[in-house]
Amino acid sequence: MSVTAIGDYSHVSHDSAARFSEPLLYVAWDEHMMFAAPVVLPLSPETTFEQLQMKVLPKLYGEHPDFGRIDWNRVQWFRGDVMFAPRATDTLSTQGFGHKSVLRLRTPGLEGLRGSCG
Amino acid sequence: MDKRVEKKKLDIAARYAAMSHDLHWETSYQPMEKVFPFARYEGIRIHDWEKWEDPFFMTLDIWWRQQGEKDRRLYAVMDAFAQNNGQIGVTDARYVNAVKLVLQAFSPLKYALHRAFAHAARNLPGDALRIAAQLQGADELRHSQLEVHAASVYNKYFNGMHEVPRWFEQAWYLAPVKSFAEDVASAGPFELLVATSFSFDTLLSDTLFVPFMSAAAYNGDLSLASSGLSSQADTARHKNLGISAVKFLLEQDTLNTATVQRWVDKWFWRSFRLMPLVAMLQDYMVPKRVMSWKEAWNEFVESPVNELFAELAPYGLKKPAGWAQACDAKDHLSHQAWNAFYGYGDALAFHTWVPENDELDWLDKKYPDSFDRWYRPRLAHYAQRAAAGQRYHNHALPMQCQVCQQPMIFTETGNPRWIAYRETQHDGERFHFCSEPCETIFGNEPDKYVQARLPSHEILHTHRGDKLDDALKSSIAQAGVVIGQDNGDFNQSIDHQHFEEWGGGQDMKEAKL
Repeated sequence: MSVTAIGDYSHVSHDSAARFSEPLLYVAWDEHMMFAAPVVLPLSPETTFEQLQMKVLPKLYGEHPDFGRIDWNRVQWFRGDVMFAPRATDTLSTQGFGHKSVLRLRTPGLEGLRGSCG
Repeated sequence: MDKRVEKKKLDIAARYAAMSHDLHWETSYQPMEKVFPFARYEGIRIHDWEKWEDPFFMTLDIWWRQQGEKDRRLYAVMDAFAQNNGQIGVTDARYVNAVKLVLQAFSPLKYALHRAFAHAARNLPGDALRIAAQLQGADELRHSQLEVHAASVYNKYFNGMHEVPRWFEQAWYLAPVKSFAEDVASAGPFELLVATSFSFDTLLSDTLFVPFMSAAAYNGDLSLASSGLSSQADTARHKNLGISAVKFLLEQDTLNTATVQRWVDKWFWRSFRLMPLVAMLQDYMVPKRVMSWKEAWNEFVESPVNELFAELAPYGLKKPAGWAQACDAKDHLSHQAWNAFYGYGDALAFHTWVPENDELDWLDKKYPDSFDRWYRPRLAHYAQRAAAGQRYHNHALPMQCQVCQQPMIFTETGNPRWIAYRETQHDGERFHFCSEPCETIFGNEPDKYVQARLPSHEILHTHRGDKLDDALKSSIAQAGVVIGQDNGDFNQSIDHQHFEEWGGGQDMKEAKL
C-alpha cells in the first residue's frame, strides 16, 4: 500500500491529463528569476516549436531587458534536464513533450539583471 | 456532629498520576482495539504506557488556572493598546502587513492544529499522552484566538484582514500552509506528535515566536508582541513535550526508530518549507529590524538543533535528511521569497514594496555573501520600474511543488543560479518537486500526494490557454480579496495614505486622533 492508512486506500491522480482541456507545459528561462518560478500553461500538443518561440515566449518573457538581446541561434533548449535540438516546424508532441513536461531555455551570455540571474 | 475528616493534600506527582494515568480504564464489553482503532496502523510499538509522563505534570485544572491568569494580564495590555490608538504608533504602516501575514498564514494553521490534536487526544491509546494532546490542542486553539484578538484592533483601520478564514482555504500563496495542516491532520496520532510537537515546535518554532515577536515589540506593536509572549510560554512547554514524546517512542522499541526517523525527515522539511514566510517577515516586512533571518537561524535553529541531536544520538536518531540544504538556504531564503511575493504583488492580500536604500544596505551588511551579488540588482530594477510608473507584475501561473505546494522558487544547494527541479514518474504520470526531501516524501506515500490541489492547476482545470491573462489575480479576487485595496504596491495603498493622514508613526508627535 503506497500510503499509511487505516484501511484499503487508493486514489486516482487529481491532475492527470484527462482533467485538463489541453496538456500542461512548464516553461522556464534559466538564470532569469525576475520570473520567480517556472510557468505552467495549457498548450495544444499540436503547437509547433516555432509557434511556441514566436508567440508564447514573448508574452511570457518579453518584459525582461534581456529578452530583446536573445540570439535565438545560440539558445540551448532542454526537455527536463536533457538538452535537445528542436525542429522548428515539428509539434511539441512529436518532440517528446507530454502532459507536465518541462521546457527550459538557457541563453549563454545573458545572465539576468546585471548578471544576477534576476 | 460528625467529625471533620482532614483531606490529605496530594503532592504534585501523585496529583498528576490521579489526573492522568488514573483516569484510564480497560474496557470490558468492547475490545480495546475497537475503542482505539488508530493505535496500531502506523506501526509504532508501545509496551508500557505508564512510562510516559508529561515533564511538566500538566493537568487540566492547572492548565485552566495558568491560562486564566495569563489571559487576564494579556487582555489588559491589548485593551490598553486599543484605547491608546496603538495602531497608529507603530513604526510605519508597512509593519501592519506583517500582522496581516501572521493572521492569514499562522493563525489558521494553529486553528487547524487544534483539530488535529483533538483527534490525537481521542485516539492515542496512552492515557497521559492523551491528556497532553488534549491540552496542546487547547493551547493551539487559544493561540489562534489570541492572534485574532491582537490583530482585531488593526482590522478596524487597515485593509487585508477581513476574510482570513476564506483566504486560508482559497488563496494560492497560503496553500503551502493549508497543505501542511491537511497533511498533519490526515496522519495518524503518533505521526502528528512527531510532526507538530517535535519537528515544528522543537526544531523551528522559536524563529517565529522569539525574533519575530521581539520585532513586533520593537516596532511598537505591544498587542501582537504580548500575545506572542503568552503563546511562547506554551510553545516552550510543547518543545519539551515533543522531545520527551520522541524519546519515549524510541525507548519503547528499537523497531520504532526507522519510522520516527522517516517522520522527523518529512516534518522537519515540511516545516522548513513554511519558513520562507517567517524569513521575509524578519528581513523585509518589519521596518525596524531586530536580527536577520540568517542570524535567527544560527541562534535559534542551527546551534540548538546540533546540540539536541547530539543528545538524541544514543537513541539512533539522526539529524533530518534536509538539514544541510536548510542550513545552506539561510543566505537566500528571505530574498527568494520576497522576490516572488513582490512579483505577484497584485495577487496577494497584503502590500509589497522595494525596501528603502538604508534597508538595502542593512541587508547587504547582514548577507555579505549573497545579497549584493544575487538579490539587490533585482530590487534595484523593480524600484527603477516603479519610479517610471511601470511597477513590475508577474502575471504567469507559477509551477508548484507537488508536496509542499510552494512555487518552484528555490535554488540548488550551493548554487543560487539554478532553480532546483526534481521529477519522478508514478502510474505513468510526471510529478515535480522543489527538492529531494519533497520527492522522498512523495515516494513514501504517493497515493496521498497525487490528490494534491495545486493552486495553479486548480485554476487550469477551468481555464484554457488563451484566457490566462491575470488568472492568478482573478483567483484571488474570487476569494474575496479586493484588488488594489487589499494588495498592490504599499506606496500607492490606501493604508499608507491613511496612516500619513493620521500622522502615524512611532513618535506620534503630530498624530491626529
